[in-house]
Amino acid sequence: MKKYLIATLLVLSLAIHLALARPVAADDAKTLNVLVMSDTAYSDKDVSSMTASFNTEHPDINVKVDFVPYAGLRDRILLSQGSDGAYDVVLIDVIWLAEFVKRDLIIDVTDRVDSSLRSQVFDGAWKTADLNGRLYGFPWLVDAKFLYYNKKMLSDAGFSAPPKTWDEMNNQAQVLKDKGIVKFPIVWNWGQNEEIVCDFAYLLAARGGQFFASDGKPAFQSEGAKVLDYMRSQIHSGIANPSSREYNAEDGRRAFLSGEAAFSFNWQYVYALSKNPAESKVVGQVGVAPVPAGPGAPEGTSVNGSMALSITKTSKHPEEAWTYVTFMTSKDLQDKYAKAVLPVWTASYSDPAVVAGQEELAAAAAPNFKNMVLRPVIANYVQMSSALQEGIQAVLYDKAEPDAVLADIASSVGNQ
Amino acid sequence: MRRPIFVMRGGSALAVRRRSAEGFAFLSPVVIVLVVTVGGPLLFTLAISFTSASFLGTLADLRIVGLRNYVTVLTSTSFQHAFIVTIEFALFTVTAEMLLGLGTGLLLAEEFPGRTLLRVLLIVPWAIPTVVNAITWRLIYAPDFGALNALLQQTGVITDYRSWLGDPSLALYAIGVADIWKNFPIVGLIVLAALQTAPRDLYDAAHVDGAGIFRRFSTITLPHIAGPLMVALILRTIDTIKVFDIVWVMTRGGPFSSTKPMSMLVYERTFSNLESGIGSAIAFIITLVCLVFIIAYTRLLKRQSRSA
Repeated sequence: MKKYLIATLLVLSLAIHLALARPVAADDAKTLNVLVMSDTAYSDKDVSSMTASFNTEHPDINVKVDFVPYAGLRDRILLSQGSDGAYDVVLIDVIWLAEFVKRDLIIDVTDRVDSSLRSQVFDGAWKTADLNGRLYGFPWLVDAKFLYYNKKMLSDAGFSAPPKTWDEMNNQAQVLKDKGIVKFPIVWNWGQNEEIVCDFAYLLAARGGQFFASDGKPAFQSEGAKVLDYMRSQIHSGIANPSSREYNAEDGRRAFLSGEAAFSFNWQYVYALSKNPAESKVVGQVGVAPVPAGPGAPEGTSVNGSMALSITKTSKHPEEAWTYVTFMTSKDLQDKYAKAVLPVWTASYSDPAVVAGQEELAAAAAPNFKNMVLRPVIANYVQMSSALQEGIQAVLYDKAEPDAVLADIASSVGNQ
Repeated sequence: MRRPIFVMRGGSALAVRRRSAEGFAFLSPVVIVLVVTVGGPLLFTLAISFTSASFLGTLADLRIVGLRNYVTVLTSTSFQHAFIVTIEFALFTVTAEMLLGLGTGLLLAEEFPGRTLLRVLLIVPWAIPTVVNAITWRLIYAPDFGALNALLQQTGVITDYRSWLGDPSLALYAIGVADIWKNFPIVGLIVLAALQTAPRDLYDAAHVDGAGIFRRFSTITLPHIAGPLMVALILRTIDTIKVFDIVWVMTRGGPFSSTKPMSMLVYERTFSNLESGIGSAIAFIITLVCLVFIIAYTRLLKRQSRSA
């Protein structure tokens, strides 16, 4: 009897010990935890080899990189805040800056950035780190949506160049459809995800519309309703693939690269994939152009999808973290990996060695990166975005009218 | 009150008391683990659901708001919609899984060549991780290059490719089919296991008495497997009411939230909007919904075992 009790107590105390025990961390003062994304930019392999070369240069700093898909990145950054293994360096999207600053999650690095450095990086890329004149990180990725088109389909239909305006694109698409060259000439990524808001943003800008007026009042209702009307007509007229309504960036990319569409709007990563026979059935047929011009905006009025590396407030090694950020965003390193992702440095684009083999993408990038527009820079962006995603989809499925949807969203978002 | 079985071995009142103390001592590790891992978080969630807690907020910001979170949740159209979606999904998948599982279990209990192989194959869908299953079915349903459209078109069932996960009236059921395919085997296995212990002589006697196949099923088989079947029913119901992963991978709740179950709202409210108070309230409502089903089922089981 006693034996059993003692045995039970022993097991219990062991269990409690195990539950309370914490791994004894090696007292390494220089370990940096870094969180970046695993899709739609540099590959895991690229980031790992960049980090490996950093470790060779800085043997005193040990960097550990975690990868998550973009869709889980923001939540991971927020959730890690309360934990022991909080990150020192995180990759932030342009749309989260206002929220992260408001929540006091990332540190102000304005004083660390020399003004001469500032002028060497695209203005649009800085938007991902610059809030009201203060800097909260260094741009690592500059990106916007591009118009990808199938050169063969266009030339079969008698067109020698990609469309310069939205009207021209619709006309070309109609001809492609009428001639039976492709069943659905355009594929969009209009599933219930961030992509649909990106497209709404530049379609709104194309008409000269904006999300908020200078006094902070929602101002997207009237022009926005016309945009939704346009989006709905794309599906109804059959020039866009109705399955667009369930596609994310990768689905749209696959449909386009398997030759199911003549036009697709996607990020720069598609360019490299379009040349890879394992990923593309249309190798050699893909062209890339700036987003077309609209009545209220010039060619290249795309959406800003830039991202920056920021240092968290909880980091115990902000100096080492900044050394890492500086290394990862340096021009030399970015130039070396320019085939994967275009550099954030403007000078890189006039360097033939950097643009070699992707002259077309670099040419399209110039107007795109110059004219790209921002999605709303507000602290409750995520809530607004999810309302927009659901509302726009309701219109695309004929379950709601554009005016009503946008009026609802405007009142729920309120003044900013 | 039911007495511990070892009492039957006899002994003095003191011995009984000592023995039950021993019993409690042996049970205590499990009880402690359960209290710490289940009871604690449950009470914590309940407590948070009455506050204005924000995920990254400080204790100083915390306000007790009483039932306000519950009122907010219950009156919001997004919750009402998610509730209906969840119940619809649960009814569809659990009914189909029970029927298919029962049929498969009965079939595989019969003797025929190749039975062992089929029994092994039955486990395969269930052994596949949910996320892998979801990605596979997403590819099968893919509107432009999916296998389902190709199959249905080549066999002349449909003329044009359909968008299975993009059609708001179909998407939930399309996910349901993927879930059923993965989970009916567990019901089948439970039925099969229960049938192994069904007394052969009862069937023989029934046969001699001239009972038909349906009569034998309703008077011998069903009462015999009712208990295990009920366990399967409860497990599957709880699982489908808190469904998250398969929907997250296949549609993320789209198109326009027509497949968004309650658990996804918990995630959105807690981790995207950082409203832990509201998120906890929804999580607790899900627990209550599960509880309602469990109580209903157990009552049913008791009534059935009394009448049997």
